[in-house]
Amino acid sequence: MSTAAPADIQLDASGRLRHFLTVEGLNRELLVRIMDTAESFASVTAQNVKKVPLLRGKTVVNLFFENSTRTRTTFELAAKRLSADVLNINIATSATSKGESLLDTIRNLEAMHVDMFVVRHAQSGAAHFIARHVAPHISVLNAGDGRHAHPTQAMLDVFTIRRCKGGFAGLKVAIVGDILHSRVARSEIWALNALGVDEVRVVAPKTLLPAHVESLGVVPYHDLSEGLRDVDVVIMLRLQLERMGSAFIPSEHEYFQRFGLTGRRLEKAKSDVIVMHPGPINRGIEIDSAIADGPRSVILQQVTHGIAVRMAVMSMTMRAGSDMEAAA
Amino acid sequence: MTHARILVEGGRIVDPASGFDGTGALCIADGVVVSVGTRPDGFEADRRIDASGQIVCPGFIDLCARLREPGQEHKGSIASESAAAAAGGVTTLCCPPDTAPVIDTPAVVKLLNERAEQAGTVRVLPVGALTRGLNGTDLSEMYALKRAGCLALGNADRPLAHPLVLRRALEYAASFDLVVVFRPEDPWLRSEGCVHEGVVSSRLGLPGIPETAETVAVAQALPLIEQTGVRAHFGQLSSGRAVEMIAEARARGVRVSADVAVHHLYLTESDVDGFDALCHCRPPFRTRSDREALRAAVADGRISAVCSDHQPHEPDAKLDVFPETEPGLSSLETLLPLMWGLAAEGRLALSDAIARLTVGPAAILGLASGRLAPGAPADVCVFDPAVSWVPAQGEWLSAGRNTPFWARALSGRVTATLLGGRPVYLR
Repeated sequence: MSTAAPADIQLDASGRLRHFLTVEGLNRELLVRIMDTAESFASVTAQNVKKVPLLRGKTVVNLFFENSTRTRTTFELAAKRLSADVLNINIATSATSKGESLLDTIRNLEAMHVDMFVVRHAQSGAAHFIARHVAPHISVLNAGDGRHAHPTQAMLDVFTIRRCKGGFAGLKVAIVGDILHSRVARSEIWALNALGVDEVRVVAPKTLLPAHVESLGVVPYHDLSEGLRDVDVVIMLRLQLERMGSAFIPSEHEYFQRFGLTGRRLEKAKSDVIVMHPGPINRGIEIDSAIADGPRSVILQQVTHGIAVRMAVMSMTMRAGSDMEAAA
Repeated sequence: MTHARILVEGGRIVDPASGFDGTGALCIADGVVVSVGTRPDGFEADRRIDASGQIVCPGFIDLCARLREPGQEHKGSIASESAAAAAGGVTTLCCPPDTAPVIDTPAVVKLLNERAEQAGTVRVLPVGALTRGLNGTDLSEMYALKRAGCLALGNADRPLAHPLVLRRALEYAASFDLVVVFRPEDPWLRSEGCVHEGVVSSRLGLPGIPETAETVAVAQALPLIEQTGVRAHFGQLSSGRAVEMIAEARARGVRVSADVAVHHLYLTESDVDGFDALCHCRPPFRTRSDREALRAAVADGRISAVCSDHQPHEPDAKLDVFPETEPGLSSLETLLPLMWGLAAEGRLALSDAIARLTVGPAAILGLASGRLAPGAPADVCVFDPAVSWVPAQGEWLSAGRNTPFWARALSGRVTATLLGGRPVYLR
């Protein structure tokens, strides 16, 4: 019935980013613009004086319904480097004791005249829900919703790939691990395909792949050595340890045996392969320490890039939002 | 007050039970049908209902509609939902036992019957709980429920603990010739799923309910139904495969029947795209091929009843992140237009469409109603197939506004509903 494509809600009338909820539906041009903007901020953050005044006088609320250190910290730094005021709100939610409704929380914060919500939530669709119900001048950035999307993580990953590889044409990328529960993987798949890589592979046992995974635009593999053959980029995903209790995999040991990234397996990939991981990493479960700390790893660069990419998305959405406010 | 003599004139009378299909008069006196198609000599009407250009058929029998009373009056009441039923042409409805308190004692059955009588616009047939408090382990006092008037028992959407409870429950119910109603869904395979497990759930990252949650539950129940000889009914099917399994068993002589909720004949997994909570339904809307299989089964009678699966909600129930919203549609008032829509598109014959809402469900419950026979209670629905309308504020009678058909153009609208010869809805 309502067939609003996800892109509709996050773009304004002139096609600019109003919210950043998902990579799905965004065209290559816009993704490139985000990366180009991030590139300009990357030089700012490397300087001695790291602040620019683009968001001066604006209030950014980090609204985290799920714990996170890295993502929240880099969003906070990104906002501060854009000279915004930042409010961090952590709301622990449990299904059993529901307090204030999500909509009430949003209404209360709106009443404090804030300008942007950075939202993380354990349920898929949370950022869309909030974007659909906030006042028109407020921008919503999705910092991870359930298994659905983590678009800034995907953008910092493709930004890192572009910096290392110069572009996307001809690249083969393998995403390894718990694809089923991964919002990072879903967003990366959209971004990589939109940017025109040659092939996106997903490597996992069937228990950790979603139904009809090919429909997402990927080639599935159940054998890591096969899946790594001739790839240019390996993206390892964190294995949530609680998955063992739910019969997704038998043990950490067996998982590492079949799907852990070791030096020997990495030899199947191209010699200039880069190894990525959204963190936090489980050493010895999904990745060997020698690889995580080795010369092919760009894991810490990803973290650095995270700030520039988040600055880019914040400044772009806020610009679209300010125009809406002025028009109103 | 009852109008002693009513003449419904000028309409096309369609009564699938007798096969009657023709334009003429329907004469009613003292609450019962006097004649169908012709007007007996000397029949003087106290009241005339002009049905020219309209269709006159038996009042609908809805095998699953939640009234939310007792226990969830913030979602709806017997008064509000009975009014919605009358506006939808429904004259008899079965309400599932998951009220609060659960329908597991004669006292709750009596309470429901009394309140329904007070509201006075629809006959309510409470479905009794199969297990006490729907706890899945202890059998309810089935014989007492039968004496109180329950024709069917079920466990609503709550699971039974294990197959031995199921076996005992079916054996015990079979002893008293009670119909056992299943809403087949394996709770383990459903897990925390909220939409069909498929292309859309994978894309949106929503936990999926696989088709096998339904087929495994059907596969588990069928041999026990066959073994115990109980009369069994599977309600609100969502997958084409489950329809096939039930049809195969029926062909072998197992006493099973099936229904589908009317919106499953329209909506698919794609409709939840954009996280539309109004399309959050359990069982979930599945693939287009499932929808086509369900439509085909309704057309050829393998599915012999179509129900509303009416589940009114307060607005807040749908105002949350998709997985946190409550499933279900308010659907009594869209039952007829959606069914008529399929007939109008030529997907099934008009008389078959009406049969699935009348004599079909009546046969499942062993009711004599669902027909327009001389001497039968005059439960009648008159609808105008030519009217195009839009569900909108002010005209919607259910307390639940939770329908994805809101503000969408529908064709076919009920214009009069008679319950035992008494007009309970007229527009």
